[in-house]
Amino acid sequence: MNDVRIITGNEAAALAVKLAKPGVIAAYPITPQTSLAEKLSEYVEKGELKSEYVRVESEHSSLTVCISASTVGARVFTATSSNGLLYMHEQLHWAAGSRLPVVMCCVNRGVGAPWSIFNDQQDSFSQRDTGWIQIYCRDNQEILDTIIQAYRIAEEVYIPVMVCYDGFILSHTMMPVEIPDSGLIEEFLPPYRPHTILSPDDPKTINPVFFPTRRENSEGILCDGYMEMRYKLQAAFEKSGEVIRNASREWAEITGRDHGGLIWEYMTEDAELILTGMGSIATEATLAADALRDEGIRAGVVGIRAYRPFPKEEVAQAFKKATAIAVFEKCISYGYEGGVCSDLKAAFYGTDIKAPIHDYIAGLGGRDVKTGEIVDAARATLETVGSGDTGNKTIWLNCYKGI
Amino acid sequence: MAMYEIIWHGRGGQGVVLAAQILAEAAYIQGFRGVTSAPTFGPERRGAPLTASTRISDGPVRTFSQIASADIAVILDESLLETATGTGRIKKNGLVIVNTTLTPEQIGGDGSFSVATVDAAGIAREHHLSMSGVPVVNTPLLGALSMASGLVSLENIEKGIRKKMPRSKAAFNFQAIRTAFERTLYVKNKKQPETQEMSEDGKH
Amino acid sequence: MENIDTNVSGVCTPAVGEAGRTGEWRELRPVIDSTKCIPEVKGKPACFLCWLYCPDGVVSMTIPVEIDMDYCKGCGVCAEECPPNAIKMVREVDADE
Repeated sequence: MNDVRIITGNEAAALAVKLAKPGVIAAYPITPQTSLAEKLSEYVEKGELKSEYVRVESEHSSLTVCISASTVGARVFTATSSNGLLYMHEQLHWAAGSRLPVVMCCVNRGVGAPWSIFNDQQDSFSQRDTGWIQIYCRDNQEILDTIIQAYRIAEEVYIPVMVCYDGFILSHTMMPVEIPDSGLIEEFLPPYRPHTILSPDDPKTINPVFFPTRRENSEGILCDGYMEMRYKLQAAFEKSGEVIRNASREWAEITGRDHGGLIWEYMTEDAELILTGMGSIATEATLAADALRDEGIRAGVVGIRAYRPFPKEEVAQAFKKATAIAVFEKCISYGYEGGVCSDLKAAFYGTDIKAPIHDYIAGLGGRDVKTGEIVDAARATLETVGSGDTGNKTIWLNCYKGI
Repeated sequence: MAMYEIIWHGRGGQGVVLAAQILAEAAYIQGFRGVTSAPTFGPERRGAPLTASTRISDGPVRTFSQIASADIAVILDESLLETATGTGRIKKNGLVIVNTTLTPEQIGGDGSFSVATVDAAGIAREHHLSMSGVPVVNTPLLGALSMASGLVSLENIEKGIRKKMPRSKAAFNFQAIRTAFERTLYVKNKKQPETQEMSEDGKH
Repeated sequence: MENIDTNVSGVCTPAVGEAGRTGEWRELRPVIDSTKCIPEVKGKPACFLCWLYCPDGVVSMTIPVEIDMDYCKGCGVCAEECPPNAIKMVREVDADE
């Protein structure tokens, strides 16, 4: 019989980590990630998870511990939220630059100032360019499954993976989650093999100063310069899309649960109006699409699962038939627009997709986004486009603008 | 696809979050494939009014936004009656369940929703069900919910409880839940009797 | 086969001359006075603080102590650390004369 438990997103994450058996865990508690860190330390304390739980004094240190442990061959895990993630900023670059398969959960929360403990995605969005793969989950089952996939992906392409899910909305909401058998994980997830083995018999210096140009070393080998190292990371990212797709497909084969590769689609086949977003807001948008279809509007949803690598081929395909696009996103690049919107536009450039895009900045700092609000916004987008106003727009959803 | 949205109104320490979770467990056992339970997001303080919610559906629940208007409101603390049943808080033909010594007729309401009442605090005291000297009303109210809504059977409520607490503690609660089920007074709303979605007699 | 860098991350292997002949950087040369150097005076493997402190690992733990001038950068740490002041730093131009 399937082991289905009604659990929070944080517990689903903790169970996934337990199944992936990292050798070292270092996480500093922060709302709304706290119950995940607590659960993991409880597993370790009870001996249910044979892992070294390193207590640290900050997020900067928690990721540093993971980087060090990963360097010497341990599978590692950390998790954080909001300002905790920002405090890791420097080490995020170090993990990616060192090509270490660190897996981290970012339980998405708004960023101070001013303080908010509530959900939006500005935290992980603002770390977009640190060289991490970012995958956004739409429900608790996907959180569990994605963390296991994340280890497989990270250890194959040697890029750290950030598994992002909405704070409180998923982290603290209980829903049924099927827990896979541990034998199944062993089949899916081979042991971690570091790309570089550190040993006193074969001494190496990790991350010395790299120079602008390539150079020949004393053994006559033409060594990479700094720029070549950057290129190798980008090349690995270009390969990672296929690896994410494969991990997803193979997971679906053994569990029957397919969350999509880089994107997922809901009733897009004939959709004239496409709603899109990342995480739980995209789930909510599927209900909005149902409601719009009841009104006779052919609506569909594209969920962006992988934000980096950005699914440029997939979106160019999925949005092909759209005449209007409504993006709902919980982040913004100040002075421009939401990140998903910008990236979609870039992916569409040079294609036949000419549909106007309305970028709805929504749900910042935990502001509730109801299905009805998504329905009304998307319908307004279709009507505006239909009336001949084909300009792109950025619209703050349900926000008082009396400045 | 029918979805039922239940809000639990209580004060910090009364166990609204646990009640919402037990109902989700019970509903899943009952056969509903989509269930969610969530606390009020934010800091929790003992004594402060707060809510928790349960959603119950045949298929996976795809909404995580806060419940605007509930099918069922369970009120653990009578003083919260007005807040809980304010304009738009209860769906037309919805159900309000109150922990009170009053009858549904005495509670009244605007006639757009049904009312069920039970003296959950009295029942808790009878069964010596208390925590820090305060009667435990959340579990007896699950019995009242089972009776008045018919959504989840008493048997499955008990199975749900077993998932959330140790066996000895669960058994302690069963007696109170059964008594609450038997003593719940239920008056259907008068205005639109023909569209009532939930079972007529409150029995499943 | 072309000798290319197959490392995934930034790695270098410690090797003699990995950064070229750094002895060319030297302005001051360490010169050992064998009448003061402890291992030489005692004829026993003792002291060797110059060997211990040399940041470039170019001092030998031998009697007499030898310094590899191909790679000694002339930093002067050995002279600073030498208990009997047996090592003097001499300007390269003077030493050559």
